[in-house]
Amino acid sequence: MSSSQNTGKRSHGWMGIHRGHQARPLEWVAEKFIFGVSLSAILMVLLIFLFVAREAAPLLLGQMNSAPVQEVIPVSELDKLSPAQLQPYLGLTPQEFVAMDRETLKSLMEVKVEAQDEIPAGFRNDPDARINSTQWRYLLRPHQWTGYSKPEFIWQPVGQIKKYNLIPLLVGSLKTTLIGLLFAVPLAVGAAIYVSQLARPRVREVIKPTIEMLSGIPSVVVGFFALLVMATVLQSVFGYQTRLNAFVAGIALGFAVIPVVFSIAEDALTSVPQSYTQAALALGSSKWQAAWQIALPAALPGVFAAMVLGFGRAIGETMIVLMVCSASVMSWNIFDSARSITTTIAAEMAEAVSGGPHYRILFLLGALLFAVTFVLNMIGDVVMHRLKLKLEGRR
Amino acid sequence: MNPKTKMNYHAPQNMKTMPGKILIAAATLMMAGSSRADITVKGSDTLVILAQKWAEVYMGQNTGTKIQVTGGGTGTGFAALQNQTTDLCDASRKIKAKEIEACIKAFGKRPTEYKVAIDGLSIYVSTDNPLKEISVQQLEAIFTGKIKSWKQLGGPDAPITVYSRENSSGTYEFFKEHVLQGKDFAASAQTMPGTAAVLQAVAKDRNGIGYGGAAYGAGAKHLAVKADDSSPAVEPTEENVLAQKYPIWRHLFIYVNPALDKGEVAAYLKWMRSEEGQKIVKDVGYFPLPASLREK
Repeated sequence: MSSSQNTGKRSHGWMGIHRGHQARPLEWVAEKFIFGVSLSAILMVLLIFLFVAREAAPLLLGQMNSAPVQEVIPVSELDKLSPAQLQPYLGLTPQEFVAMDRETLKSLMEVKVEAQDEIPAGFRNDPDARINSTQWRYLLRPHQWTGYSKPEFIWQPVGQIKKYNLIPLLVGSLKTTLIGLLFAVPLAVGAAIYVSQLARPRVREVIKPTIEMLSGIPSVVVGFFALLVMATVLQSVFGYQTRLNAFVAGIALGFAVIPVVFSIAEDALTSVPQSYTQAALALGSSKWQAAWQIALPAALPGVFAAMVLGFGRAIGETMIVLMVCSASVMSWNIFDSARSITTTIAAEMAEAVSGGPHYRILFLLGALLFAVTFVLNMIGDVVMHRLKLKLEGRR
Repeated sequence: MNPKTKMNYHAPQNMKTMPGKILIAAATLMMAGSSRADITVKGSDTLVILAQKWAEVYMGQNTGTKIQVTGGGTGTGFAALQNQTTDLCDASRKIKAKEIEACIKAFGKRPTEYKVAIDGLSIYVSTDNPLKEISVQQLEAIFTGKIKSWKQLGGPDAPITVYSRENSSGTYEFFKEHVLQGKDFAASAQTMPGTAAVLQAVAKDRNGIGYGGAAYGAGAKHLAVKADDSSPAVEPTEENVLAQKYPIWRHLFIYVNPALDKGEVAAYLKWMRSEEGQKIVKDVGYFPLPASLREK
C-alpha cells in the first residue's frame, strides 16, 4: 500500500494523504461534502425560521392595524401636508416617497378615502370597526363582537371586521393530532412488537413491507378516501351528527402516522440484543412475556422516539385535515369539526393581501407551528436520553 | 345548457385540461425570446377554465400569439399584477382599495377593470330534501347559524348542516357581503375546497345546504331563490340571471395595468368581450355579458 504505512510515520500531509491511516483524496472530498451538506441543512433551518419570523415581525412589534375604520385626510389637503406627515400616512418608505410625483400621491390619497367609502354604513358606526384585532388580547382571548351573545373565540379573517383569534386553530390542531395518535400509536407499537418478536419469519416478510407501504400513499389520496368513504362508514357506525368532523380527520391522520411509528418502533425492538430474549426464554418465560417484559422495556427509548416523530408528522400534516374538515369551531368535542393550523395556512395564504394583517398572522401561525414541533422534539430528545441512561443502569 | 356538460366542466374536464395547461406553459417557455407576442394571465380559480378555453381558441385563430394561463386565486393574481409578473389578472371579485394602493405604489396607476362574464350562484340541497324554494333572508339566517333546523323552513325535523367555501375563495367573499350582509358565517359551517366538493358533500348529506357556481350533480338539486319573502321564487337560468330577476349573481372581471393595455393585449381583451368570446363563456357554463357591456 502507501509508503506512509510501511515507515509508520504519522505526518499530517495535504488533504490527509499522509495521515498514517489511509485517508484517500476521494474520501477526504466525500467527508467534506457530507459536512457541507449537514452545514447547509442547519443553515436552511435557520433561514426558514428567519424568513417566517421576519414576515411575522411587524405583528409582534405591534405595527399592524387591522381596524377597517381609520382617520382619513381629504384629498384637498394634499398641498397643506408636509412630506414628514404625508409619508407615514401613505405608508411609504422615504425612497418611494421621493420617487413619486404629485399625481401618484394624489391617487394614493384618493384610494385611502375610497377604502373608507367601501365600508357599508352599518359597519361604520360599529365600535368593533375601530378595533385593531391584531393585538394579543384579540388573538388569544375571547371577545364579544357585535351580533354575538357572549364573548367567543372567532376565526373569521375575511370580511368587514376581521377576527383573528388563534385559539380555535390551536384546539383544532391538537384535537385532530391527539385523536390520530390515540388511534395510531397503540396499533403501530402493537404491530411492531408482533412483527419483531412474535411473528414467524414468513409472516414478518409480508406484514412489514405492507405496513411500510402505507407511508407511500400520498396524503391527498388518504384525504380523498377519508372524505368519500370513511366519513360515510364512520357516521353510520357511530351515528353522530356532523358527517365531516375531527374524529374522521384524526382516524385518517392515523393512517399517515402508523407507518412512521411502526417502522421506527420496529427497528428499535429488532435491535434489542437477541441474548436478552433468549435468556428470558431459557429461564422459562413465555414468548409473550419475553416480548412484553424484556424486549419492550429495553427498546423503550426508540419506541418513545417513534411516538415523538409520529406527533410531528400528525401536527404537520396538511392535506388530510384540509380535505376532511375545516370549520373553525371552538370545541373540544371530537365529533365536531376542527380547523388545524396547517389547513389554515395552506388554504388562506394564496388570497391574503401580501404584507397585510392576515398575511402576517398566517406567518405567525407558521412560526408557532415551528416552535411547537421544535420544543416537542427537544423534550422528546431529553426524555429519550434519560430513559436510555436509566435502562443502562447508569442512573 | 344541458346538465351533463355542466357537470363535466366542474369535475373531470378539470383534469383533462391539466396536461393542456402544462403544454401551454412549456410552449411559452420555448417561445420565450422569439418575436411572438406573449400574454400571461393569472388569478381566480373560478375563471381559470374559462380563461384557458379563451386562450385555446384565440391561439388557434392568431398563431402569432402565445397565451399562458394559470390560476392560484384572485389575491394571487392581484399580487402578480403588482409585481408585473402577469399581463392580465382574472378576478372573481372587485379589486379592493388596499390592492389598488399596492398597484399605484408599484406602477403609479390604477389597474383598468373589464367585466368579462356573469356568474349566478346556485343554492344546492340534497335531492331528498322536500324544499323547493328559499328566500335570501332565510339563507342569511341559515348561513349565520340563526336557523338550525329544516323544521323552521317547513321541512323535516332535522338539523341543517351548512357547507361553505374556503375564505380564500372569491365566491365566499361575495356570498358573505351580498347574502349575509357582511355578517360572519356560523362557526360550524364546513368549509370545502371547491364547488365540486360542496356539491359532493351536499349530495351525500340529506340535511346539507351549500352554495356555488351553476353546477349540477347526481344527488343534489338547486333551489329557486326569492329576493325577499313577498317576491316570486326564481330559478337560476340564463334568462333570469341576465334579466337580473335571480337575486344572487356577480360579474367576473379582468384587471390590467393600463400601460400594457395596448397592441396584442388590448386586442385579446376586446375579443373576449366580443360576440365570439362571449359564446365561449356560455359553452363553459357561465352567463355572457348583456349586449350593453360587449365590444362590437
